[in-house]
Amino acid sequence: MTWKEISEMSKNMELHEVILTLEMLENGEDPVNLRNMLGDILKVILEESEKQYGKKQKTLTGLTGENAFKFSNYSPKLMGEFNYIATTTALSIAESNASMGRIAACPTAGSSGIIPGVYYSLYKLFNPSFEELLNSFIVSGGVGNVIAKKATLSGAAGGCQAEIGAAAAMAAAGLSYFFIKSADVAGNAAALALKSLMGLVCDPVGGFVEVPCVKRNGNIVNLAISSAELAMSGIKSVIPLDEVIDAMYKVGKSLPESLRETGEGGIAATPTARKLIDNIKNKLF
Amino acid sequence: MSLLKILGPVMVGPSSSHTLGALKISRFAYKLVGKTPDKVTFLLHGSFSKTYKGHGTDRALLAGIMGFKQDDPRIKDAFEVAKERGLEYSFEIQDLGEVHPNTVRIKFEVEGIVHEIEGSSIGGGDIKITNIDSVPCDLSWDYDTLVIVNKDIPKALEKILDAINVNVANLYLRRINALLERALTIVELDEPVDNLEEIKKIPYVYECYFIGRDY
Repeated sequence: MTWKEISEMSKNMELHEVILTLEMLENGEDPVNLRNMLGDILKVILEESEKQYGKKQKTLTGLTGENAFKFSNYSPKLMGEFNYIATTTALSIAESNASMGRIAACPTAGSSGIIPGVYYSLYKLFNPSFEELLNSFIVSGGVGNVIAKKATLSGAAGGCQAEIGAAAAMAAAGLSYFFIKSADVAGNAAALALKSLMGLVCDPVGGFVEVPCVKRNGNIVNLAISSAELAMSGIKSVIPLDEVIDAMYKVGKSLPESLRETGEGGIAATPTARKLIDNIKNKLF
Repeated sequence: MSLLKILGPVMVGPSSSHTLGALKISRFAYKLVGKTPDKVTFLLHGSFSKTYKGHGTDRALLAGIMGFKQDDPRIKDAFEVAKERGLEYSFEIQDLGEVHPNTVRIKFEVEGIVHEIEGSSIGGGDIKITNIDSVPCDLSWDYDTLVIVNKDIPKALEKILDAINVNVANLYLRRINALLERALTIVELDEPVDNLEEIKKIPYVYECYFIGRDY
C-alpha cells in the first residue's frame, strides 16, 4: 500500500475512513471495533500525558529523569504555547517510558513521546471533540502503516530515522489533518518531517532508551509541528512521501550496524558515554 | 491488526523487546498453570543477561509470572509484590546455547510440580515460545494453545484430536518418558475450545493446560 493509493481513494471518502476500511479489507477487523480500540489507545496517551506532565522521574539507570521537570518550570523565551506544551509532554512521556511508566509504543517505545506531544497540545489548546482527535490519530496511524509496510519502524533495522523519523512523520500528518482535511497536505507534512531526519543514527548510550532518546523526543516534536505548519502553508515536498520512505529504507540498510541500536556507535561510543556505562554497570550488577 | 500495532500497544516501558517481550514469555508460563507459582528461577541468556537490570527485564519477567498484563503499572513494583505474595525468585545468567540473543528459560514450581518454559523476545514485543517441559516448539502465542501430558500408547493422539472441537493450526508431539509411557502434545488452535473439562477427562490425558491468547 502506498500513500499515493490512499490519497486517490480519499477523493471519494474521508481519509481516516479510507485508512480504517483498508485495514478491514486486509485484516478482517470490523471498522467500528477497530475505531474503538484505537480510541482506547488515544485515551491512554491523553491520560498519561496529563498524569506525567512535568513530573520528576526515577529512571532505571538514572541517566535521565529530570528534563521534563526542569522544562515545565521554565518560562519559554522563544517557543509558543503549543510547542512548549508539546515539548514538555514529549519529554515527560519519554522519561516515563524510561522509568517503566505506562506508554503507547507509538510507533515504538523509544519514540513514544512525539505523538503524545502533539495530541496533548491539540487537546489542551484547541478544545477538540474526542472523535475529531481520533480521526487525526488514525491518519497518523495510516502514515506509520505505509512506513512499516514499505520500510521499517525498527531502530535496529533502520536507525533512529525509522523510529523517531516515523514518529515525526506520523505526528506531522495527523496534526495537519486536524486543521486541513487533505491527504496531500498530510503526505507533504510527513515527507517534510521524514526528509529532515534522514540518516539519523540509533545510538543509545549503553543500549538503554534514555540518552539521547529522551531529549531527542523533546526536540523532534518541534520538527513535527514545523513540518505540519510548512505543509499547511502550501509548501510541498518536491519528493513524494512514498519515495521519501523508500529512500529512508535504503539509507537505513546502508547504515553500519554500529549505528543501529547496538550502543556501539554515534554518541554511545564517546569517551563520556563509555565512562557513564562503566559506572552504571558497576552500580546495577 | 497492524494499525493497532503501529499506534500501540499500550505497555510499560522502556523497551518492547526487553520489557514487553520478556513479560509476555513469562505471562505465558503463568497462564500455563493459571496461578502465581511458589518458586521461580529465570535463566537469562545473551543480551537479556547483559542489560536486564537497565531495561527492567527482571521486573517484567517477575510481573509476567504473577500474571500481570503488559500495561499494568504495578510492573515497576514487581519485586515488592513478589515478596508480599511469598513468591521465591532468583535470576541467573546462563549460556543457553545457539538461541536468539534475547532468550530466557523459566523454571517454576506449583505445588511440587516443576515446569520449564523457554522463549525468545524477537523484536517489537513479538515472542516465540521455543520449549515447553523439554519439548521443542515454535509458538508465537498468536493462537490459543493446549498443552497436554498424555499416555504414550496407540490411539491416544487420535482420541485427543477427536475431542478438540475447533480447527487445529499447528501440532507438536514428543515422548517425554518412555518408562512411564508419557508424551507431551502441544496444539495451537484457531479459537478456544469450549469443552476443556471433557478433554481433561479423556482416560489417556494426565494433565491438560489451556493458554488462551490475550494480546
